[in-house]
Amino acid sequence: MFVSSGSVRHAAWMMLLIGTMQALSTHAAVEYVAIPPGKLASVLASDADTGPAVIPAFAMRAMPVTNGEYLAFVKSHREWQRGKAPSSFADGTYLHSWRSSLALNVGMSADQPVTNVSWFAAEAFCENEGARLPTWLEWEHVAAADEKVFDARSNPAWRARILSWYSQTSSAPLAPVGGEANAYGVRNMHGLVWEWVDDFNALLVSVDSRNQGDPDKLQFCGAGAISLKDRDNYAVLMRIALLSSLSATSTTNNLGFRCVRPMTAEKK
Amino acid sequence: MKSTFNLRFRLMPGLMATALLLLLSPAWSAPAKTLPANSVYQLSVPFTDQEGRASTLADWRGKPVMITMFYSSCQFVCPRIVEALKKTEASLSPQTAKPTILMVSFDPIRDDTAALKAMADERHIDSKRWTLARTDARNVRKLAAMLGIQYRELPSGEFNHSSVIILLDAEGRVAGKTSMLGEADPAFVKLARQLKP
Repeated sequence: MFVSSGSVRHAAWMMLLIGTMQALSTHAAVEYVAIPPGKLASVLASDADTGPAVIPAFAMRAMPVTNGEYLAFVKSHREWQRGKAPSSFADGTYLHSWRSSLALNVGMSADQPVTNVSWFAAEAFCENEGARLPTWLEWEHVAAADEKVFDARSNPAWRARILSWYSQTSSAPLAPVGGEANAYGVRNMHGLVWEWVDDFNALLVSVDSRNQGDPDKLQFCGAGAISLKDRDNYAVLMRIALLSSLSATSTTNNLGFRCVRPMTAEKK
Repeated sequence: MKSTFNLRFRLMPGLMATALLLLLSPAWSAPAKTLPANSVYQLSVPFTDQEGRASTLADWRGKPVMITMFYSSCQFVCPRIVEALKKTEASLSPQTAKPTILMVSFDPIRDDTAALKAMADERHIDSKRWTLARTDARNVRKLAAMLGIQYRELPSGEFNHSSVIILLDAEGRVAGKTSMLGEADPAFVKLARQLKP
């Protein structure tokens, strides 16, 4: 082997390039997984829909956003610190379980999923890393997978496992993110936290009776009231029930989020 | 040389007028009062209206506003929202006490300035008091979230949406809501009367 001046120069360029990339990307550890384009027979379909929803390719965070990641975000974005974020963006329980606006509480860990964040806060976090919240269809598409197949929704074992999580009490501390990846390579779609979606305010359904008598009742413009196509799929319907009951400032102990972004460098 | 001098000479009065305006404008003479934490105007949304004028959501601060969302190709519900706004406006007096009206489109693709202008003409909307505005899809989602308005685009290009008119006070705090279509909601009119112009 010999080293020509050309390859020395090449190596120097590579070193510079790597250094620049590290400097530019403060999110070097954030893993996004490529989700190939697909079709989804959503449980949430409109009468106006003519077939399965077409889902273009995108990239999704492999895991929900953690306490540690969110803490780093509010350190560099003062306007999103607890006590600074205005009440029109986050309600009174925003990050309430933290010890202070810049410190987690005793017993909390940096690798637990962040919760008690509003839709506006989640949007701001994702925008800051060049991403956004997933749409409901994108979320449902990836969440349909189990460890082996992309669409496990008709598998009774898949449904039973998710429903058993719902039946657990929510007082126990949240587990760290991670665990077994689904067929796409994405983790924690079920069994850890509820997750915001970008169009949470597009789920025009009342799957329970809480909205009865609500003065803000929906007036539909045009055809296409939403119907639930797969009424037996409680595992997914529970998510819709929760999301449709939220406002954009809502925060809860079990509600976190993850981001998606256009497909770029991710390789399957 | 002569032309340069002339140019400078011509620009001088303009520059001086600009400087004077800056000095006299409220932003310079007195610092603006802090926006309330629960104000809708915490959200920054860029608009273009039916006359092609650019603005942002917070420009409506300072006077009560009736705000709602719509799309111009909507045939049934949206005309009845306009009707409700007109009747609400008509039942308020004097002119100075009337809230201004801001209607924001769900449909950034079809509702360009020309489409908004066509709707304003068709519905005989007074462009001095009414603004029909468009913004981009990301900001449509955020504004709807801020106002508690639900909407969903259908494959046909139509939108399912909740029809609600929201009354904001001069600082952008929600003072009232109504879902009554085609008519002025008496309770809503009462709330609007109570607001300081």
